Amino acid sequence: MSTQPATGSSADAATEASVQLYDCRDAFADTLLELARADARVVAVVNDSLGSTKVTKVAAALPAQVVNVGIAEQNMVGIGAGLANGGRVPFVCGATPFLTGRALEQIKVDAAYSGANVKLIGVSSGVAYGELGPTHHSIEDVAWTRAIDRLVVIVPADPIETAQAMRAAYEYVGPVFVRTSRMGVPIVHAADYRFEIGRAARLREGDDVTLIANGVMVTRALDAATLLAAEGIEARVLNMASVAPLDREAIIAAARETRGIVSAEEHIVRGGLGSAVAEVVVTEAPVPMRILGFPGFCPTGSASWLLAWAGLTPAGIAAAAREIVAG
Amino acid sequence: MLQRRAREARLHDLRMVYGAGMGHLGGEFSAMDILVTLFFGGVLRHDPARPDDPDRDRFVLSKGHSAAALYTILAMAGYFETAELATFLQPGSRLNGHPDRNKVPGVETNTGPLGHGFPVAVGIALSGQLDGSARRTFVLTGDGELQEGSMWEAAMAAGHFGLDKLVCIVDRNRLQQGDRTETTMGLDPLAPKFEAFGWAVRETHGNDPAALLETFAALPFEPSRPSCIIANTTKGRGVSFVEDRKEWHHRVPTEDEYRRAVAELEASEA
Repeated sequence: MSTQPATGSSADAATEASVQLYDCRDAFADTLLELARADARVVAVVNDSLGSTKVTKVAAALPAQVVNVGIAEQNMVGIGAGLANGGRVPFVCGATPFLTGRALEQIKVDAAYSGANVKLIGVSSGVAYGELGPTHHSIEDVAWTRAIDRLVVIVPADPIETAQAMRAAYEYVGPVFVRTSRMGVPIVHAADYRFEIGRAARLREGDDVTLIANGVMVTRALDAATLLAAEGIEARVLNMASVAPLDREAIIAAARETRGIVSAEEHIVRGGLGSAVAEVVVTEAPVPMRILGFPGFCPTGSASWLLAWAGLTPAGIAAAAREIVAG
Repeated sequence: MLQRRAREARLHDLRMVYGAGMGHLGGEFSAMDILVTLFFGGVLRHDPARPDDPDRDRFVLSKGHSAAALYTILAMAGYFETAELATFLQPGSRLNGHPDRNKVPGVETNTGPLGHGFPVAVGIALSGQLDGSARRTFVLTGDGELQEGSMWEAAMAAGHFGLDKLVCIVDRNRLQQGDRTETTMGLDPLAPKFEAFGWAVRETHGNDPAALLETFAALPFEPSRPSCIIANTTKGRGVSFVEDRKEWHHRVPTEDEYRRAVAELEASEA
């Protein structure tokens, strides 16, 4: 895993100046290189996205294990499925809005329904490309991909979890989508953290309210819990990196043991993590919920500005939690 | 011998579609001689007892709606019992309207929506090139299917990578679901399109096993290039009143038509 701090413009310097921030693309690319070095079957497939995915690191060291298909996402996913048929372990890497949006039917048919051992790695997810506008925002992809049967969907929170998710995807035989970001995030997991597909990580204990987040929102949920603790509200924090399969037991326990749930995701409020949690809550243990995310197409601005615009901040999460605690 | 196999396959296919009350007879009959020649003409190196053999040649049915033809050929080749063909489209049958590799041995990738099998075949051929393997990949596409953009992404990549063990066979029957290809969205001139994408192209009679065998024997047509065979076929080939008629894309024969079709096919057997 890289320890290079992120230098991207997405980091919110005003609120996170004292915290070391990391670009998870480094952890992704470094881990991919380690996997490719250890297993010659591993091959990176990119859509002219060597630089934007940082797969240049792999291409420099192991050029024979990188396939560049040009700007052709449908073909990229189909070729990935074909490489898997031939015994390779392809990591199909591209910017999430195009990887998922353009090639969604290929993800459904060639990867998931065919049961191909394809790893789909989306980079620059959510509003990482904030300034580039809604064409480049990827705020629908979790809804799309989690609706596809047999597809594992992982949204890691920090570089440690990104590296772990890459290894979990490699070890799992079948199709996996890993949704990574490029927005600077602090480390939220201990060095010995072990990510498991289908398991949520309980990052903070609490019995008043539960905060469920993934991706770049996990650090904000933890900060919200700190704000709430100062007011005497003890918030449980779950990192729900594995969106599919979902840790139903952790959600049911949260619903039964706390007064309600606030979900927070870098995604539209329809169909994503909050919806996934709500599907379990309403059928297993109904409790009040607040689903925080983007309301629709977003304006243009930096990622951190957009998160603040949508209330996806520690203060915004804490405010929703207070509503639940107040009943 | 191949002609007899092709007639036998058409009779199986006809029984399946008639029995199920649903299917895609026209495109299956146009492609049947290609499939028979590949599987029974000694072209495709495969072993029904070892469908997962990593060194097998691959056959990808990109025009997945011709599933009944593929099932027929796989059953006749020994991947499963021909008796199972009668379950085509029945509730719970593994013989879906479009092939499922997780259920049916011999199916390489799931197809159905058009424009999927060709890119997957390019990936399979690329894996062989990376491995330095001699295995070949054959992909059968519809001609109307070439209106999908993903097909040309795949064609471009195959030419760029110089996949000389990849063979794309176009079932050029000139009909698609709604009308003639050239009326709907013209594909001609087709050979120069593939050539411009880096392919070596030959045209052949796609309903003549002898002509197909001769064409397959010439593979690869050029070194360091993928090979494209434009197989000029007749949709519905083998039954006079089905041939070259667009309504038979997915029409189901009436009882009378079924009897006449069987009679025609059996008469041609003599």
